[in-house]
Amino acid sequence: MTRHSGRGFACINYPIGMNLGGDPAQALVHSTPDGKFMVTLSAIDLGQGMKSVTRQIAAEALGVPLADVYVDTADSDTGPHDMGSFASRGTHRVGNAVIRAASEARAQMMEAAAEELEVSAQDLDTDGAGNIHVKGAPSRQITVADTAIAAQFKQGRTLSGRGIFLIEPSGVDPDTGEMSPVTTYAHAALIVDLDVDDETGEVEVTQINSAYEVGRALNPKLVEQQLIGGAWMGVSHALYETTEPYYPDRSHGPEDFNTYLMPGPGEIVPHDIAVLERPAADAPYGGKGPGEMCANPVLPAVANAVYNAVGVRVDKLPITPEKILRGIRTNGGARPGPRRPGV
Amino acid sequence: MSIEFRKDLFADERDDNLNEIGKPKLRQDIEGHVTGRTAYYDDHLFDGLLHMRCLRSPHHHARVRSVDVAEAERMAGVRRVVRPADVPSNLNTLLSLIGFGKDDEQLLSDPVVRYRGEPILAIIADTEAIARSACAAVRVDWEVLPHVLDVEEAIAPGAPSVNPAYPDNTFTYAPYDHVKLRFGDVAAGFAQADHIVEAEYEMSPIEQAPMETCGAIAAPETADRFVCHTGTQALFFSLGTTAKLLDIASSRLHFIGGTVGGGFGGKVDSITEPMAVLGAMLTGRPVKFQWDRMEEMQVGAPRGAERWRIKDGVMADGRIVARQFTGFFDAGAYTRLSSYAGHKGTGHLPGPYTIPNVASNVFCVFTNRTPATAMRGFGITGVDFALECHMDRVAEAVGVDPVSLRILNAYRDGDMKAHRRSAKNCALVECCQVAAGKAGWGLSAQDMAASSLTGTTAARAAIPETALDDEGQEGARRAGRCASADPAPGTRRLPAGVQGRAMAAVPVQRPDMQILAERIGHKIPEGGPAPAAAPTAPARLPNDPAAAAPGPALPAAAADPAPVPPAAAPTPPAVPEPTAPYAPEKPFSRGVKRPGVSRFLSGSRRR
Repeated sequence: MTRHSGRGFACINYPIGMNLGGDPAQALVHSTPDGKFMVTLSAIDLGQGMKSVTRQIAAEALGVPLADVYVDTADSDTGPHDMGSFASRGTHRVGNAVIRAASEARAQMMEAAAEELEVSAQDLDTDGAGNIHVKGAPSRQITVADTAIAAQFKQGRTLSGRGIFLIEPSGVDPDTGEMSPVTTYAHAALIVDLDVDDETGEVEVTQINSAYEVGRALNPKLVEQQLIGGAWMGVSHALYETTEPYYPDRSHGPEDFNTYLMPGPGEIVPHDIAVLERPAADAPYGGKGPGEMCANPVLPAVANAVYNAVGVRVDKLPITPEKILRGIRTNGGARPGPRRPGV
Repeated sequence: MSIEFRKDLFADERDDNLNEIGKPKLRQDIEGHVTGRTAYYDDHLFDGLLHMRCLRSPHHHARVRSVDVAEAERMAGVRRVVRPADVPSNLNTLLSLIGFGKDDEQLLSDPVVRYRGEPILAIIADTEAIARSACAAVRVDWEVLPHVLDVEEAIAPGAPSVNPAYPDNTFTYAPYDHVKLRFGDVAAGFAQADHIVEAEYEMSPIEQAPMETCGAIAAPETADRFVCHTGTQALFFSLGTTAKLLDIASSRLHFIGGTVGGGFGGKVDSITEPMAVLGAMLTGRPVKFQWDRMEEMQVGAPRGAERWRIKDGVMADGRIVARQFTGFFDAGAYTRLSSYAGHKGTGHLPGPYTIPNVASNVFCVFTNRTPATAMRGFGITGVDFALECHMDRVAEAVGVDPVSLRILNAYRDGDMKAHRRSAKNCALVECCQVAAGKAGWGLSAQDMAASSLTGTTAARAAIPETALDDEGQEGARRAGRCASADPAPGTRRLPAGVQGRAMAAVPVQRPDMQILAERIGHKIPEGGPAPAAAPTAPARLPNDPAAAAPGPALPAAAADPAPVPPAAAPTPPAVPEPTAPYAPEKPFSRGVKRPGVSRFLSGSRRR
């Protein structure tokens, strides 16, 4: 028995938002009487951090501290319409709707502060710490809290905003396939190192090096969690997972986590990540959605590394020990490929 | 494990001095999550909660001759047997909410089941155990029907018909039974190529595997309404689907969710919500309908299987001059979201590469298996697997380093994509360079000097004359009039340069909603970063016209000399332009019937 090392490469791009548009998202923002802001949505937080990223976007667009913003989602009686959390659309669509709602609320806030400070709203700025001041004269200032109190109880003004974001819906030309699928794409490139045991057919992924381009890491920790988890899902898709192991035959379908194979904590792969940020013109602060795309390059990179290790092209996912061993047998033994640069 | 943020790259396009954006702030909900106090849908356990379970088909395809529920109904604790006739409007398709596709699936099926696990009735009982026992006590007389499980067998003449809404076993992309992509002339490209590289790839169905299985708890609320706590990924999809199937005004539904124990795409299908609300309507009591793990894995829709054939024409130096695809999305028995994958997968072709001749036929095929639906990377994951395995095959065939091959063919800002829109905001080249650098995979100086910002040429930016065909009209394949599923030879030609309007975001409805230009956080001029800079630094082999537009059909591409700037980037237009009512240039081929009209009509208005 021999363990053969292999290295594989893959790179991808990924469309951000529902294909062909037509997937609106709305947001409402309003202040409490003392200058805290509520963001009301119908977006879904699946664990990806929808509430947190929209909270950061709202705080940035309003110009107030994060602690003064709270996101409430998803109650159909109070939250305005949103299409849902899928198609990498949450950050892009909902984030833009939140920016629009927060911008309108901010404009009201600045008008209210201008009235209190007896200056023009155009001359005012926020410091991000809860104060509004005259540009160039930071001592002439009013707190956001006092502004909200004045707006509510003295001026009779709401500090609120509405936002909707929609990529106009479109169709596909049936003869050419001409279409406007999405407005922006995320990118990734990834190198997988692994070992293949030519007696058991088992694969152990030993290292991933990656570069993910996400437009803007709106929250670097959330991005990191998505990329590590997503790449791990990619390893799982490549080597283990299916509900129909003998597709298109439906036999041997797993019915629980004892028979549905997935890697455990012991199979977490060391993963060194570089994040690139090329902001997209129509994305909130340039941010694209990193969540969906991060698994995609792993599957072909693993397949390419297996081929590099033992000379077996497994073109049908998942790349099980059975398929690798059958391939090695067909080839009359393992046929390691050329040593890749950097190994 | 390490992570680095390459702020040095694209630094001139970003403002990195923002207050909250770009900061590793703690999640708003983290304390609840780590202390186990966050409430999920399943934490809303009402007094007197009833439990619902489904009786499911053991066959891939069968007709129900008769059902005997007498014994089940007599069991203590059984409250109600729910039959297909109890569903007020028992036919739907998920994407009817955006007017795409025909209603093709019942909530409870009668009299034919088309996949193993399809529900034919439900039983509501005091406990889940009683509901399970009662389902086991139902006697069904099944007439087993012939079935088909393979996508290519399913589109062959004489195959069993799976779904009566689509009797030919293909979703209809009128007037064809597949989605076509045609750009240039692949036959000419293959004729010119030094190598032809062909292979077939396949991905089996994959389970989304959320920790929290799909489910909903519904209860009567005051004012003749129903509240529904749900783990849906799409609140208004589920609400709208429930209103339609139960034929009630959407204003009578109060859906609460938003905090979900993992989704990964499997919680868009909106099946448990109408079931739970129906149970609450029929019993007047709170009802929970939740899949167990077996249902989640074998009955709940997985990421669908895909099969892809790729044929590349490659020059000796690694330039890909023609790429042809034949793709099959296995929808299972009903459409759910697979019809969308046909378009999304097609829009993704030929991958992030500039290839002057591209053709593809992509099918959404019905088979007698569990319907497929979305999952992380939907419509793309299997395509990327095929594409990037194939790129390695091409690299080996021509003896070029695999990373170098990608950089050579990578798309650049201003290049024309096969779906006839200009590439912008590209970063594939940089990702290749950085990943290779991290792994010590040495690249040539030429590859390291490449950039996504430069390299386009007038030829790369142009739309070539295109070979078109009329093969695969709806119904023709089943009648034996289609020789192959692969793209057919062109029978007519579309002149170079034909291009419609690129869609973009609808501008803000009031100027106050527009974020101030100095606050948007990036510095991208409208239309993308200065395409004018592009022609000064062409991509490799700029002097070889074949690099970008080979083949005899190269027309006067120069008629369209400069790269067409990408369509107006909507953020931030300095002054929002007045919004004209949206008017399509021609009828929507994906079936949006009334543009401008709300896609979320209430149940009563939809009638």
